[in-house]
Amino acid sequence: MTKANVNFTVHHVCRVEGHGNIVVNAKDGKIEELKWEIPESPRFFESMLRGLDYRDVNFIAPRICGICAVAHATASIEAAEAAFNVKLTEQASLVRELLLDAETITSHVLHYYFLVAPDFFGVGSVIPLASTHTDVVLRALRMKKTANDWADMLCGRKTHPISMVAGGFVKWPEMEQLKWLKEKLEGEYMKDLDASVELFKTLKFPDFTRETEYIALFRPDKYSFIGGAIGSTDCKPIPINDYQKVANEFCVPWSTAKFTRHLRDSYQVGALARFNVNSDKLHPKAKKVAQTFGLKAPCYNPYFISVAQLVETVHAVENSIMILDKLLSKGIKQEKPEVKVKAGRGVGAVEAPRGILFHDYTFDDSGKLIAANIVIPTNENHNSIQHDFEKLLPEIIDKPQDQIKLAMEMLVRAYDPCISCSAHMLEVKFK
Amino acid sequence: MKPRVAFFDFTGCEGCQLETLNFNLEVVDLINAVDIVEFREISSDHSDNYDIAFIEGSITTDRDIARLQDIRNKAKVLVALGACACTGGVNSLKNFYSMEENLKVVYGESAKYYKTIPTRPAHAVVPVEFFLHGCPPNRNEIIRLIKCVVAGKKFEQCQNPVCVECKLAENVCAFERGEFCLGPVTRGGCNAVCITAGRKCWGCRSLVDEPNINSQKDLLAKYGLTVNDVLKQFRLFNGTLEVAKQ
Repeated sequence: MTKANVNFTVHHVCRVEGHGNIVVNAKDGKIEELKWEIPESPRFFESMLRGLDYRDVNFIAPRICGICAVAHATASIEAAEAAFNVKLTEQASLVRELLLDAETITSHVLHYYFLVAPDFFGVGSVIPLASTHTDVVLRALRMKKTANDWADMLCGRKTHPISMVAGGFVKWPEMEQLKWLKEKLEGEYMKDLDASVELFKTLKFPDFTRETEYIALFRPDKYSFIGGAIGSTDCKPIPINDYQKVANEFCVPWSTAKFTRHLRDSYQVGALARFNVNSDKLHPKAKKVAQTFGLKAPCYNPYFISVAQLVETVHAVENSIMILDKLLSKGIKQEKPEVKVKAGRGVGAVEAPRGILFHDYTFDDSGKLIAANIVIPTNENHNSIQHDFEKLLPEIIDKPQDQIKLAMEMLVRAYDPCISCSAHMLEVKFK
Repeated sequence: MKPRVAFFDFTGCEGCQLETLNFNLEVVDLINAVDIVEFREISSDHSDNYDIAFIEGSITTDRDIARLQDIRNKAKVLVALGACACTGGVNSLKNFYSMEENLKVVYGESAKYYKTIPTRPAHAVVPVEFFLHGCPPNRNEIIRLIKCVVAGKKFEQCQNPVCVECKLAENVCAFERGEFCLGPVTRGGCNAVCITAGRKCWGCRSLVDEPNINSQKDLLAKYGLTVNDVLKQFRLFNGTLEVAKQ
């Protein structure tokens, strides 16, 4: 039997946010080159933010990413609050969580409907589906629209947030708006979610596993998206301020994005990592959806990240309904954010849709930024993608090149990489 | 025949493309009015044959320059979509440091592996027909521009400062709240969204065509701010403009 010669580069992998390349070069079944390259133009935020007032830092930092702007805004603001020792009121914490839920949902819906689903329908994008599967596309757009409107309502504009600031919000939602949202979530959203579960149940996800370390925010009392500690499937929780022990960033010459590793050769962050670390604290309805898909922690199949996102969508909707009930019963007070600047350092940690995100700032006594370090979830996943490639390619190397290419692209897409954040990324080169 | 539309991303956050998708239900109508032949963020379809090219992000590498020139050669109409493409946007903040320093701050000892050039807007590299300002651009303005191009009509930029829309929105002036606001000299068309949401204007839509900069400077001085403070504010989104470099 002749051994496979595989030679390709997928240049700028599509349906991911940012630019990345897959480079594969195999001769007689022997892999000579296999690389996950990130040629994204670097942005230099850590350099550019220096010298800015903390309020400008908080306003500019979300521009790292158009998709997860709320997560960046939240981590940026949390870092400033940690540096200045600002304590949030319960109302501010609740609204902040409600806002982040909106982004988690709109980002997840975008990912599993617009970026992942076309592969299963055998088309290049959601655009042809608009005429062949109109109901599915309209449902996806409806789910996205509600979550976008919901975020706009809480922070002025989802991309990029305006009214969320250190110490809380400068503008609070009206009770009528909160009632609108609750009604929407309990009615139309639940129905659309049920229909989504039915649809995704019919899709067959590739069978591939690679066990690795999974890292996500951890709190004993809830499935956490803001604060707590750094949880791992391999060790006890680690304080957020020690994040550099976990996310040891290192540079590789073929990528403008940094790579990371912790206790193993790589670790994974994102929806599946959160599920593997925290699944016992999911809302019962989300647990039930996980069961429907046969998703159990720990799950080592990265293609199941999309399923974990669907499970998290259900959880986030239920969590938001609970928050809305609290806010509606207590009423909204017109609280004014209070911040007293002082010199110091603070770390903000948030679960962005794609995984754990850190903003680490040092300010002088006038509140101007002296130094910044930002660790992006997609950077944390680059190394995991590379190691998945190294296990996956030998398993499929005898398949036709088109199938290999698709399997590898789908793997990258499963991670929902957000390369603008990490630098930017995705092209597959078969050289 | 429907116009063939392509979207290309350079250095930026891809939030402008996302704003385009966020027409939400109107996206379906948009898809029917034009042929979207290139939109990598959502589609694996690829084409070199297009009429209208939307450019998102700024130009920050030599590779970007060559790629933009190639797109210019193929497109009949080039649209700069968003602040990064129109003025360099927040990416131009790095121009206030040397490129070596930027590389060293981000990559440390590994800086030698990488290269970067000062941030430029699209029109500093090739001619651009239309500008959709803003970080992000306004959704209605994106739709209006596409309609104009499809119908062969002239697209007019908003010529009033943000202040006009802010007054229509009946906001309390940000200066009265103790903020300093770039609304008096910034191009409108955003419905003063930032002030309405309780903040101030950061100038992301760049200067109106005939801004009264001196009066703005006087106004800020009245509230105890220096020209340097003001210019720093312009720098946030307009670092490539002469006024911000002074």
